[in-house]
Amino acid sequence: MSAVPASAAPGAPTLEVRNLRTHFLTRAGVVKAVDDVSFTVRSGKVLGLVGESGSGKSVTGFSILGLVDPPGRIVGGQILFKGQDLATLSEEAMRKLRGNRIAMIFQDPMMTLNPVLRIDTQMIETVLAHARVSREEARQRARDALGQVGIASPDERLRSYPHQFSGGMRQRVAIAIALLHKPDVIVADEPTTALDVTIQGQILAEAQKLCAQTGTALVWITHDLSVVAGLADDIAVMYAGKVVENGPVEQVLDAPLHPYTLGLIGSVPSRNRRGEPLRQIPGMTPSMLNLPAGCAFRARCPRAEARCAEPPPFAEYRPGRFARCIHPHEEAVAA
Amino acid sequence: MTVFLLRRLLQAAGVVLVMSLLVFLGVYAIGDPIEILISPEADQIERERAIKALGLDLPLWQQYLVFLGNALRGDLGRSFVFNEPALRLILDRMPATLELAIGATLAALIIGLPLGLYAGLRPSSPVSKGILAGSILGFSLPTFWVGLMLIMVFAVQLGWLPSTGRGETVTILGMRWSFLTRDGLAHMLMPALNLSLFKISLVIRLTRAGVRETMLMDYVKFARAKGLSPARITFIHVFKNILIPVVTVVGLEFGGTIAFSVVTESVFAWPGMGKLIIDSINVLDRPVMVAYLMIIVLMFITINLLVDITYSLLDPRVRLEGKS
Amino acid sequence: MSTTTAGAPPAAVPPAARVETPFRRFVSEFAASRLALFGLVLFCIIVLVAVLAPWIAPQNPYDLAQLDIMDGRLEPGSVGGSGITYWLGTDDQGRDMLSGIMYGLRISLTVGAGSAILACLVGASLGMLAAYAGGRTDSLIMRLVDLQLSFPAILAALMILAFLGKGILNVVIALVVVEWAYYARTVRGSALVERRREYIEAAQCLALPTHRIIFRHLLPNCLPPLIVVGTMQVARAIALEATLSFLGLGVPITEPSLGLLIANGYEYMLSGKYWISFYPGIALLVTIVSINLVGDQLRDVLNPRLKK
Ligand SMILES: Nc1ncnc2c1ncn2[C@@H]1O[C@H](COP(=O)(O)OP(=O)(O)OP(=O)(O)O)[C@@H](O)[C@H]1O
Ligand code: SF4
Ligand SMILES: [Mg+2]
Repeated sequence: MSAVPASAAPGAPTLEVRNLRTHFLTRAGVVKAVDDVSFTVRSGKVLGLVGESGSGKSVTGFSILGLVDPPGRIVGGQILFKGQDLATLSEEAMRKLRGNRIAMIFQDPMMTLNPVLRIDTQMIETVLAHARVSREEARQRARDALGQVGIASPDERLRSYPHQFSGGMRQRVAIAIALLHKPDVIVADEPTTALDVTIQGQILAEAQKLCAQTGTALVWITHDLSVVAGLADDIAVMYAGKVVENGPVEQVLDAPLHPYTLGLIGSVPSRNRRGEPLRQIPGMTPSMLNLPAGCAFRARCPRAEARCAEPPPFAEYRPGRFARCIHPHEEAVAA
Repeated sequence: MTVFLLRRLLQAAGVVLVMSLLVFLGVYAIGDPIEILISPEADQIERERAIKALGLDLPLWQQYLVFLGNALRGDLGRSFVFNEPALRLILDRMPATLELAIGATLAALIIGLPLGLYAGLRPSSPVSKGILAGSILGFSLPTFWVGLMLIMVFAVQLGWLPSTGRGETVTILGMRWSFLTRDGLAHMLMPALNLSLFKISLVIRLTRAGVRETMLMDYVKFARAKGLSPARITFIHVFKNILIPVVTVVGLEFGGTIAFSVVTESVFAWPGMGKLIIDSINVLDRPVMVAYLMIIVLMFITINLLVDITYSLLDPRVRLEGKS
Repeated sequence: MSTTTAGAPPAAVPPAARVETPFRRFVSEFAASRLALFGLVLFCIIVLVAVLAPWIAPQNPYDLAQLDIMDGRLEPGSVGGSGITYWLGTDDQGRDMLSGIMYGLRISLTVGAGSAILACLVGASLGMLAAYAGGRTDSLIMRLVDLQLSFPAILAALMILAFLGKGILNVVIALVVVEWAYYARTVRGSALVERRREYIEAAQCLALPTHRIIFRHLLPNCLPPLIVVGTMQVARAIALEATLSFLGLGVPITEPSLGLLIANGYEYMLSGKYWISFYPGIALLVTIVSINLVGDQLRDVLNPRLKK
């Protein structure tokens, strides 16, 4: 993607997360689940937020929606939605945005729909929460949304209970619910992880198409680099609560700056490297409870040196390419 | 479904049979049946005639069959005290007990559900801790003593409510009901509350546990992500999920409530089946005891059957999903 | 927790403080709840009062020679004709309520504990038999347990007493009949789990006699849940006995338990003489609540499933 000057309306970011910190004040200590996360998503674009399990992706998503439950709390940073800081918004104001201007899709479709309520109830209530329309009108919108995500005979489907649907169907319903108010931002938290590959492909293609059509900015959380490669415009790589690399997706995947990104790419099977053994990142994810000072990746990093005991800055090493490493890869590395 | 129903009906019939055998043995084999079934005032000739008429000279297994046959025809003997068929005597008192038990069940839901909901939504607030402590107390307190204390405070000290009896009644469908008159309701208030004490505690605990579990579910978070109001999330998404298990348990407990009304009816002199059975035991009116026992067993089995059928009607997958 | 090393312990640390025996851990975990500790102390005081009643009660409430009918239904704090102060008032016979409660506690506790122990013996044996014999025996016993548990205790007890008549022994029998099932279910459950463990198999391979396996291996491991159920059941038995006595079907007038004392005061309560029922009720309440407090904590400490 070409770099767009961040100034005028058409290219202005819909969502800009700046130095977000969300901590859990547990009895065992402070869990810095999100600790300095920054990224930007523009209208009609897709940002892939990747990182291994426990790196803080979901907490980032919940922070954007204002859905972090105690003992968790946003302790720093800004979440600028069209220039307005969501972190300082009142709960009631935030509720008016949720599901309306900012929607979220969850990881496990089997758990996101209420088992005792019919699909129409769960869809119509979403319409009525944000729009002053008649029930009939609300039902019509629900029907249209189901059609939009490719569900046949929506009228009949509306009268069903979630258990009458397969996982893929349920995720489509969840996506339809997210689309009801044509939101400006959708946060999709690993929405296809629980589904099989063909359905995953269909849903990805549909999501991409819908965003391009409606101009929705999409934050797609995943741990699967191949999904990001096919879907996203930009990528933000998270490690231990921090974004460690950020930039346009082709550039990052072709020439990663951060050793962790390189490790991630190396651990994905690829056609070009058939026959070679997959390269695992050595070591284990650090405990989020007491992270070492300095670079959190230090213990696993092949390029680590004494200076890495100091916290590395999140710096722009090339135009539009940020990394949190004092010793980044300078040129394209054969991955 | 039909197979299931048939099987459950057969099982129920089996339990009734076993219970009838137990009751029969209890009354006819352990006690002296002549003493039980024939009024003590009867003279020798009358006794002989009665023994013949009742078939007490037959072997035990034949007697059991006779007992069973009579029971099937609705003949469970005559009360010595009232000289009326025992069955009719009990059925006459049944409405009083039923309205008390239903009142107690409703009270348990009306009081227990909101308290449990509150305690579940705000688990660490002092009020919630108070509610929980209260529910523990509700499990520990002996019902009859609480009944006495209610009478002491509200009837004797404050004089707000009548202490005993049913008050004014209205006759509908040939049965007398208290809950339709003001006076009757006033009489019913304390006994119903007393009887519901244990159930209120039960409902509070179930609701609280259910709310806490449900609040952690993804679908509640998703409901919040949809921007629904807290009220809608609480009362539709959370409440509806916990209502099914709570109502089921309360339904299953209905038989226990009827049984426990024995105590409450004695405390408040409420003229229901429970008071009748205690009075009958005290004067050893055994036919009434037998009839009461058989009716209670039937009631229990019917309740269990109804609950089972309701369960199988609700799609089992719905419940499976809520748990997984 | 410090680990015990083979080296000589430093002299300053008393050996007992170092070694974490299961019992010590149990004690310290139990004591973690102030409320439970309070319940335990309360319960101990109640038991002491009951045991020592003949020596510490102001009056022997059953010795008619000591009673003065002229002192009947005196308010709490009144001084009787013989100069004795009735701190909790007197009943219609002029009996000191405080003494009556102390003696009543004896009966309530005896019936409660006695029936619990008997029920435990019966239930545990049957539960063990079910677990060990399996097959037909098992399903027959468990059917009985289900039947018993689905039928309300109060009714079963009432019926048994109706047929047997009043009396302390009959009350105990009735309580045993309605309670054995809880013990049987508990023992069978944990015995089945324990049976699958290897050491039982090892013991069986060594061809140890069955009774040894049961008493040396199975039973000790069933003990924790049994203790929990037992504590709760004692409280239940005391409440049930009081209820039965209140209904006039429990203990005889000559040996009044707390429930019967309450029943005796019932008719006077309507005329405002509350104390005859009220104070025995408080004694009953305190007894039951203190046992339940202890039982609740025991369940939390002893139940491994709750420990996460
Ligand atoms: N309620 C909580 N209390 C304490 N810590 C929490 C809580 N919720 C999340 N965390 C911590 O926050 C960190 C990030 O969790 P998060 O769910 O965001 O990870 P993730 O990147 O989404 O992982 P996954 O790919 O497994 O979904 C984890 O280490 C987790 O332990
Ligand atoms: S800062 Fe040092 S340790 Fe961290 S990723 Fe860069 S080179 Fe590796
Ligand atoms: Mg996640």
